[in-house]
Parts: sequence; C-alpha cells; structure tokens
Amino acid sequence: MILFYYLVFPGFLATFILGGIASWIERKLTARIQARVGPPFLQPFYDIRKLFIKEVTIPENSVRSIFMASPIISFASVSIVATIVGLNLVNPNYSFNGDLIVCVYLLLIPSLCLILGSGAAGNPLSSIGASREMKLVLSYELAFWTCLAVPMIKTNEIRLISLMEFQAQNGAIASSLSGIIAFIITIICMQAKLGKVPFDIPEAETELAGGAYIEYSGPLLGFFKITQYMMLVILPVFLLQIFWGPINSWVSILKYLVLLVVIILLENTNPRLKIKQAVKTLWFGLFPVAVVSIILAVLGL
Amino acid sequence: MNKDQKKRKTIIPVGPYHPLQEEPEFFELEVEGERVVKLNIKIGYNHRGIEKLSESKHFDQVTFLVERICGICSTSHPFAYVQAVEDLAGIEIPERAKYIRCIIGELERLHSHLLWLGLAGHFIGYNTLWMWAWKYRETVLDLCEQISGNRNHYAMMRIGGARRDILNKEIDELKKKTATLTSVLNMFKGAVMDDPVIAARTKGIGILTKEQAINYCVVGPTARASGIDIDVRRDSPHNSAYNLVEWNVPVLPDGDVFAKVVVRILEMLESVKIIIQCLDRLKDLKEGEIWNEVRDIPAGEGIGTYEAPRGEVFHYVRSDGGNTPFRHKVRAPSYMNILSNEVAVIGGDIADACITLAAVDPCYCCTDRIQAVENRPACPLRQSSSEASHSSGRKLKYNWEQLLKLSQEKTKRILSIKNQVSK
Repeated sequence: MILFYYLVFPGFLATFILGGIASWIERKLTARIQARVGPPFLQPFYDIRKLFIKEVTIPENSVRSIFMASPIISFASVSIVATIVGLNLVNPNYSFNGDLIVCVYLLLIPSLCLILGSGAAGNPLSSIGASREMKLVLSYELAFWTCLAVPMIKTNEIRLISLMEFQAQNGAIASSLSGIIAFIITIICMQAKLGKVPFDIPEAETELAGGAYIEYSGPLLGFFKITQYMMLVILPVFLLQIFWGPINSWVSILKYLVLLVVIILLENTNPRLKIKQAVKTLWFGLFPVAVVSIILAVLGL
Repeated sequence: MNKDQKKRKTIIPVGPYHPLQEEPEFFELEVEGERVVKLNIKIGYNHRGIEKLSESKHFDQVTFLVERICGICSTSHPFAYVQAVEDLAGIEIPERAKYIRCIIGELERLHSHLLWLGLAGHFIGYNTLWMWAWKYRETVLDLCEQISGNRNHYAMMRIGGARRDILNKEIDELKKKTATLTSVLNMFKGAVMDDPVIAARTKGIGILTKEQAINYCVVGPTARASGIDIDVRRDSPHNSAYNLVEWNVPVLPDGDVFAKVVVRILEMLESVKIIIQCLDRLKDLKEGEIWNEVRDIPAGEGIGTYEAPRGEVFHYVRSDGGNTPFRHKVRAPSYMNILSNEVAVIGGDIADACITLAAVDPCYCCTDRIQAVENRPACPLRQSSSEASHSSGRKLKYNWEQLLKLSQEKTKRILSIKNQVSK
C-alpha cells in the first residue's frame, strides 16, 4: 500500500500529471500575457516523452556517478514530499509528528542535487551555475525557515495535519498579521525554490546558456523537468497547508490557482536579478522582515 | 606568466554559438568568481567576401548586393552606397526621392531599435518586454511591406534617387499607422524608465566614459549615450531630407546601459516625428519624380555615409570609368562599437557583461569584412612568433601598422591585376 501511495496516488504519478497541467497553465498564461498563442494542453507531457526517448550524453570529464545520480535522487525525494503532503489530504492516518520539518528538508534536496550534478558536469558554465545555485539556496533558505517558524509558534505543532486542524477551528494563519507577512515572504522564497524569474539566476539562459542544466540531456534532464513540474504543485499546496488552510473543499483548488497565478505574474513582470542583488534582497531585505513576523507571532499577533 | 597561473584562469565563453547573440562571434570572458577581469574579442566568423563580389557587379546591381550585408540595416548600406556613387559622379536627386529615402531609413531605424529593445529585455530575462516590443515591431514591418513590398529587404535605393514611389493616396493611412507608434513608444519609455528592477540591472552598468568612447571611436547610439553629440543625419545630410525636417538628436552623458536604452527609445520618438513630417511634405510634391537618369559613372572616388541604427556606416567607392566599382570598401558601425566592450565590461559581473555586450547592438554580419586564417605556417602577417605563442598560441591579432600594410598590399595586388587585364 505504501508503494502505491508513493508511486501512484498521491505520490509520483498523480503529482506528475497535476504538475504537467500546472505547467501548461503557466506556459499558456505566460503566452497570453506576452501576446503569443501558447502550447497545446499536452505539451508538457510531449516534452517529457521526447526527453525520455533521447539518448543521454555524458561529458567526458564529468564525475559520472554523481552526474547521473543527482537527477534521480532529486526526483525521488520530491516524490516522497508529494506522498507526505498528499497523504495529509487523503489519508491523515499516515501523518507523523514532525512531517513539516521532514518536508522542508526533502524540498531542499532538489537544489542540492542540482548543485552536485552541475558541479560534477565539468563545464565552466555549469560550475558557475552551481555556484550561483549554492548562493541562492543559502540566501532563500534563511528567510524560508524563519517564516516557517511563525505557524509553528502560533500552533505549537510541527505536524501538518495538526496545523490544518488548528486552521479549521481558528481560521487561516495568513489571516493574522504575522501570518500574512510570513506568507508573502515564503511566496517570494517559493519563486526562488522553483527557479523562476526573477530568481532563475543559476539557469540564466542568455548568460550561461542553461547554466546548471547545460550538460544534462535526455532522460536525465527529463528527471529534472519532472521534478520541476512536481515542485510546481507541491510547494504551493505545502504553503497552503501551512498558511492558508484548511484544505478540505473545492475552494482549495481556487486558492491553489491564485498562488499559481501569483507565481506566473511575478515571473512575467520582472527581469532576472543578479546573484548579488538576490542575496542582498533575501538577506538584508526579507530576512529582517521575517524576524519581525516571528516577534509578532510570539506577541500573539 | 607560468603554467600554473595560466591554468587557474576561468574562461566563460560567450560564443561562437551562444543564446546571447544569435550570430557567430566569440567573447572570451576571463573571470574571477563572477567578476570579469578581461575580455578577448574574436570576430571574423562571418566573412562572405561582399567587397570582392561588389567588384564583379555593375553599379546598379551593387545596391542589391550591399542590401544583403545585413538583414536589419538593409537600407542603411544601400543608402550609404548610393551616396558614395552620387558623391563620385556629382549627382543631385529630386526632392521627392529625398523624402522617400528618409521615410524608409527611419522605418528601418524604428524596427531595428524595437528589435534591440526586445532582445535587451530577453537578455536580462524580461521576456514580456521582448514579446511586446516585437509585437509592435510588426506594425513597422507592415508599413515597410506596404511601401516596398517587403518586410526587410526594401530595395528602395537607386543611384540618382529612389527606386519606388510612395503613392499620395496611401499617405494618410501610412501616417495614421505611424502615429499609433507614438503612444506605444511612450508606453515603453514609461515601462523601462520606471521599472526598479530594470534600473537595478542597467544603471551604472557597463559604463563607457566620454573619453573612452572617443578613444574607441564609437558611433551611433553608443556614442550618443556617452555624451558625444554626433549624428551623420544632422552633420552631413547630403542627398537626403534630414535638413528639411525638424528633429532633435538625443544625447545622454551617463554612458551606462540604461543611457543606451533611453537614447534608443528617444531616437525612435524622433524617427516617428521625421516620418510624419516627410509624409506630409510628400503630399505636396508631384508623384513620379523620384529619380534622375544616370547614364554613366566617371572615374574617381566617392564617400558615402549614413546614420544606420547602430551608428555611422561608411562606404567608399572607386571607379575607373567602367561599369563596375574598381574598389568598394564598407565599414559598418558595429566594427567600431564592438571593440569598446573591451573596457566597458571590465569589473562587472557575468550578468552585467552579457547585457553590456548586447548594449552596443552588435551586428556581426555587418562587421566581418576580414577573415584571419590561423595555422598558416608562413603567414607574414602573424605577430612576431614569440608574442604570438605567448598569448594563447593560436590567436592572431593585428595591430594598426600591420593592418595598414595589409590593405596597401591588397590594393597594390588589385591594381596590378586590373592593369594586366586592361593591357
């Protein structure tokens, strides 16, 4: 049964399909904003199919094992998060104490894998990409973790299902002052976690020609793409569970779509930041605000 | 420099195949971490022998040939070429032709600058700006198509005038379409100048001071953004209508990327002004009087210049009295502008370097008039062997005297061949 949860529902397969649809919405909406037509509905899945029937090219001077393992580990860990986050919605019996912390740790793994994999690729552009990703992770994780402390302080719980129960009784955490500040900052951090504009610095097509991903091809790139699709579903849902619960009705889908639209709008109304600027914004701009939100939470606001 | 130090250099290659610029060029960024410490520029991947070809075509055919130098400045090259031939033969053109030349020249500037604005947006990751700029570029291309039948290669220039007329009955519609661009350009002006993130990415980035700009002889918007007040259209408006209409040359003193963006946007607004005035004047002139008959081109030499979207384009034509140019020399604006990157990118991040490289609006198919062949064992032009092997081994770099000697030798060679043929 665990294996079914992990591989089919709500784990890998379901999240992958939802992620594909989310990715299509993102691309279509982006296209409409930019006065283009946009891709057909199944395009994200065509992309994955194409990548999986192509050959893998491994650079000669790469560290083969790390290079090949990274995308698969990243994909596997995201599937675990999908299972944990999804099971909270469909079968709360499986929830365990501290799953919030586990989720946040597992959500970090794709970034670490990207750093490892691109660092192992033996390409100057991809190593620049790796170093940028490293700096970016260091900068956004600080604000992200600080903000996650707010719901923990408010509820005294580190269990997702308890957080949702708390919100079902007392209203969403985001409806309080500290909650809404923390929620907005986590949305910005989520943009960085998803690697979207203005934080697509490690990828930076026009500077590094794909940067961290430059040497990946075929199924290995496919695994990274699947990871991205799944992250596009998991991260917003995870944030909804923590900040904007409870998730129990069809209204929740609307909430998710709102978050998705926010991601897309941020993506399409901003140029890419430089890595220095990103670190500066996240450390010296957002982190102090996050600390303020913790103080407010302790004061009970 | 010993071997270990050499190994420690990290080189970020921008080109010859790189999504930053879709043309072949090679910028070697030497970096320390993210900071660029040195830039090596290698061009010459796109040499097509246009000048040589030109010597085998008759004067009228060359107009079409030089149009193919570049798809974007496809009317600037013919403009400068016909100016050169008119200078050679002392030809004056009818007033109507002058206005027609200016209209098509300014439409080209509009579409070229809009193209660049979009690409600049793309380069800093702002794809919405890219798509919107190109959406409104379509309006300009439609105007070009209505006037010349083509979106890009207009073939409107002709020695002695314009090749095609603009019909008086179409002018009102053309004017209406052109006028819609003003509000669009003002929108872009607001969107670019008020955006804090664009400002953070471009203000104070890639500064080319006025002194450096003069030393590197940069031209066009690149020079005007560095505070040099030059514009061929105003400074030598021979055989064109630029001295007959009212317009300004926007000049900004800052020299950074932001100034280059703003200069181009202001220039587009001036272009719209010029086009509308020219269309107004056309209505009062008689249709059909668009060229003076040119029977033959005497021996002699002529110089033609025009302010292409990227700066001054220069054509030199020499005739020996035959029906083909004896020598035809082209110097495109990017040739001067690209090299100024050598100083502009130093000290910035890689991200800064990329937008700075693109900010001069480089055009390589215009630039590449020479191809250096490496690995030729007995090449007399190679720098002294110690110096050549010192810097990366396979690199060819000519200095001023060597290039001058090269061109003189080539001219002598051509002269001797032609003399033999004529005997």
